[in-house]
Amino acid sequence: MPIQPSGLTIPVARATTVISVTAVIATEALSKRFPRVTALDRLTLDIGPGVTGLVGSNGAGKSTLIKILLGLSPATEGRAAVLGLDVATSGAAIRERVGYMPEHDCLPPDVSATEFVVHMARMSGLPPTAARERTADTLRHVGLYEERYRPIGGYSTGMKQRVKLAQALVHDPQLVLLDEPTNGLDPVGRDEMLGLIRRIHTDFGISVLVTSHLLGELERTCDHVVVIDGGALLRSSSTSDFTQITTTLAVEVTDSDTHPDGTDALRQVLTKAGVALVGQDGLDAEGLPGAGHILLVEATGEETYDLVRDSVAGLGLGLVRMEQRRHHIAEVFRTEQGAAHTVPAPAAGAVQQAATPGPYQKEGERSR
Amino acid sequence: MSTETKAAAGRDTSRIHNIGYRSYDGRRLGRAYARRSLYSQTLRGSFGLGRSAKSKVLPMLLFGVMTLVAAILVAVSMVTPDSTKLVIKYTSYAIYLQAVIGLFIAAQAPQAVSRDLRFKSVPLYFSRPIERADYVLAKLAATASALFILTGAPLLILYVGSLLAKFDFVDQTKWFGQGLVSVALLSVLFAGLGLVMAALTPRRGFGVAAVIAVLTISYGAVSTVQAIAWETGSPGAVEWLGLFSPITLIDGVQTAFLGATSAFPGGEGPGAGTGVVYLFVVLALVAGSYAVLMRRYRRVGL
Repeated sequence: MPIQPSGLTIPVARATTVISVTAVIATEALSKRFPRVTALDRLTLDIGPGVTGLVGSNGAGKSTLIKILLGLSPATEGRAAVLGLDVATSGAAIRERVGYMPEHDCLPPDVSATEFVVHMARMSGLPPTAARERTADTLRHVGLYEERYRPIGGYSTGMKQRVKLAQALVHDPQLVLLDEPTNGLDPVGRDEMLGLIRRIHTDFGISVLVTSHLLGELERTCDHVVVIDGGALLRSSSTSDFTQITTTLAVEVTDSDTHPDGTDALRQVLTKAGVALVGQDGLDAEGLPGAGHILLVEATGEETYDLVRDSVAGLGLGLVRMEQRRHHIAEVFRTEQGAAHTVPAPAAGAVQQAATPGPYQKEGERSR
Repeated sequence: MSTETKAAAGRDTSRIHNIGYRSYDGRRLGRAYARRSLYSQTLRGSFGLGRSAKSKVLPMLLFGVMTLVAAILVAVSMVTPDSTKLVIKYTSYAIYLQAVIGLFIAAQAPQAVSRDLRFKSVPLYFSRPIERADYVLAKLAATASALFILTGAPLLILYVGSLLAKFDFVDQTKWFGQGLVSVALLSVLFAGLGLVMAALTPRRGFGVAAVIAVLTISYGAVSTVQAIAWETGSPGAVEWLGLFSPITLIDGVQTAFLGATSAFPGGEGPGAGTGVVYLFVVLALVAGSYAVLMRRYRRVGL
């Protein structure tokens, strides 16, 4: 076979063969009860190939579900199958075909990434030579190059997350379970990790189940999103359903001599151009730093970003920030159960999300 | 955005061949192979192989001491005029150098199990084909093997030395065999106890201290009480007191069955009858260690 310069043909072909498989994960009235808590409550799911997001607040039952899917913890009642194998009887066979990336730190600091991943590949049953080759390949794919020979103890959080991902992928599984892979990453690292997760399916042809307590970040990565709360299914739909909700864009501009109130000037220009503003006059009233100077704009597509940029440039103002305000789980609760429903648990996630600059933030971009 | 950067990187001359992702269609060797891999990784790690230079220092130093002393004893036996056997019995060697063995297990049992617990690597193992029993057995077997190499190598030096000195072949071979059985039993017992201590104390420092404490304090207490019992004229109690520390247990078993000379006060170890009790306690402790380790890993901390 001639060498493919782009390398696109083979992975795409593989991805299409994977799609022909029906359900990757199927659960039926799955329940897990502990003496004092019900972790899963008659959960019925049918997850197909592709990237699926599993969203829920802390304690919603995500980790319990992963444990049951790996055949490590028996369900109290109900059934579950992974890749067509029953979790109750074929645990070892499932674990041979599935990769798992834990949420917490799991790397010994005194060995190099290469040594560690080779060992983990052998623990998955790969012969020594194959384990070394696959380790070199996988570490390159997750973006670790020269540093892979250094002890893990000296790695940044982002690099450690890549090693954790590599050990889950090294044995070429058919499905990977990623538990909060973006935890502890800065915005750039977060986006890189999400891009990598997307590639696991599109380029590698491996199905992905990724958990998060932030709905917004999964929206752009996943084909399908499942929301669970209190061990029960809250919502399961394809991502396109979620993105029909228009996204909110937060814009902050500087003032200039010609426009003493830059925010107000921009608002008038945008309103004239027919852009819808969110909330009361489009002002951010969440009480965060800079509130009152941040304009919340409804983004209908790429055009909106261009329009805001051109408007700011036209006014001669400085653009301090332009970021996408991501949805979080609380919004699902509101749409599903009415605005009166208050959600205390995901508040932490919401705050963190609001404080995290989005991908569209262009700091330091000035019109002149 | 990301497509732009990817295209830019693609034009870079350093990335001519992007061969993309390659899937793996080769053999998967399964559970037994994974267990063997874990065994060999732990065994190599016990001597610091495949780890940093710093972690090689202590095990190699202790291994050096064990073999050096054996070599010196061989030399002494050879230069002693008209000697017909070694200056030390095979079965006494491990008893005399028990401090070195104790240090080795204290340092290496925590590295075998505490690292995985402390850095939470255990879930990575259990998300793979191996089961709990495979993990425990591999760790136990690897630690016992490491101890057997540590205690068996000096016996081999003694044996080779005795043959070079042209001592009686039949006698030497028989005693060497008895010595090997004794250190094998010691290795399994110490490995079990050491791993239990280490697995119950995830902090490495505590693990080291706990193993040393269990080995030395129990031995110190037992030999003191034995001495008092001997002095106060109740020699019958001496042989029963030996049941309460690991090293005196081994001493008792090898005195009863393997032709060893006991290090108990008065040199009177247990006879065959009491020896059965000793052997039973040793086997019960090994089985108990396995059971405790299995229980320790019952909850997989995913």
